[in-house]
Amino acid sequence: MEHTGDHPKFLAHHFSEASQQQESAKLGMWIFLVTEVLLFSGLFVFYAIFRAWHPDMFINAHVHLNVYLGTLNTFVLITSSLTVALAIRGLQLKKNKQAIWLLIMTLIFAAIFLVVKYFEYSHKFHLGQLPGKFYSFDGIVGTNPHVFFSVYFLLTGLHGVHVIAGMIVIGYVLLRTIKGHFSAEYYTPVENAGLYWHLVDLVWIFLFPLLYLIG
Amino acid sequence: MENHHHITPLKTYLGVAVGLFILTVVTVAVSFLDFGPFNLVVALLIAAIKGSLVALFFMHLLYDNKLFGAIFSISIAFVAIFIILTMFDTMGRDMVVEGKSKPINEKAVIYSKQDSSAAADTTQSNH
Repeated sequence: MEHTGDHPKFLAHHFSEASQQQESAKLGMWIFLVTEVLLFSGLFVFYAIFRAWHPDMFINAHVHLNVYLGTLNTFVLITSSLTVALAIRGLQLKKNKQAIWLLIMTLIFAAIFLVVKYFEYSHKFHLGQLPGKFYSFDGIVGTNPHVFFSVYFLLTGLHGVHVIAGMIVIGYVLLRTIKGHFSAEYYTPVENAGLYWHLVDLVWIFLFPLLYLIG
Repeated sequence: MENHHHITPLKTYLGVAVGLFILTVVTVAVSFLDFGPFNLVVALLIAAIKGSLVALFFMHLLYDNKLFGAIFSISIAFVAIFIILTMFDTMGRDMVVEGKSKPINEKAVIYSKQDSSAAADTTQSNH
């Protein structure tokens, strides 16, 4: 097909208009997010079964998680969700500079989350509150307390991997925003990166009460 | 080109964030109270409200194409299906063979510590 040149640079040939392109991209992103939810669902089933079998052990074991650090991380992630949402709003309102700063803040909050997580993990490594055969702690009454830490490390570990992936994606759209690739007409990649980041927040909203606030 | 993207007011975003902060404080505070078997229900209810706020406002499901919300809801429904159907098996074995509502492999018990000291009780009662 002849390149007529009367369409904007960001619009691909096979779309008739920008809004159709945006809708398609977001539909694809939502389908990807569905697969992410299903990825986590396996671990939630793991959690449900073992909590149902050993309810007392779960209560005795979760006491060893730090509620204050967990709450702090919840606040950090919610704030980062807000900043990424506001960054997209900034692009919509042609305030690209504001959007850049808000994306940088999102990255900083994500990093804070990981630092807090690092302190939680290293404390548990130190005490031997570890999954499976690595479990060497002796302070939890109940059957198979190592299973609680298997659930804990798998769920928070998979979530942590998503935080790192989200940081890479946000870093990428941040670079493109700085290069001036986005405008009030075209910011779909930032929006999709934002959707991914909100999902990371969404998963944590459920992980936090299920792991830290049992009983 | 006309701009027909929905732009959420700043007030809405900030309001949702404040709502999420308050609900986080509520869910932590409530965890120190004891509702017996409803502890889990209360915690999940608050998490569901928080999750809905994030999905509807931050993820724009309220304003976007309803198809996105429908697709996402289906994934949540499937999480529920997976958990409920699996629980029918693992918790319902008693209905077929008595005393089987537990792990099949008894050797799966690797660590077991009995409640011997009163000190363990006092640490539990905090939660």
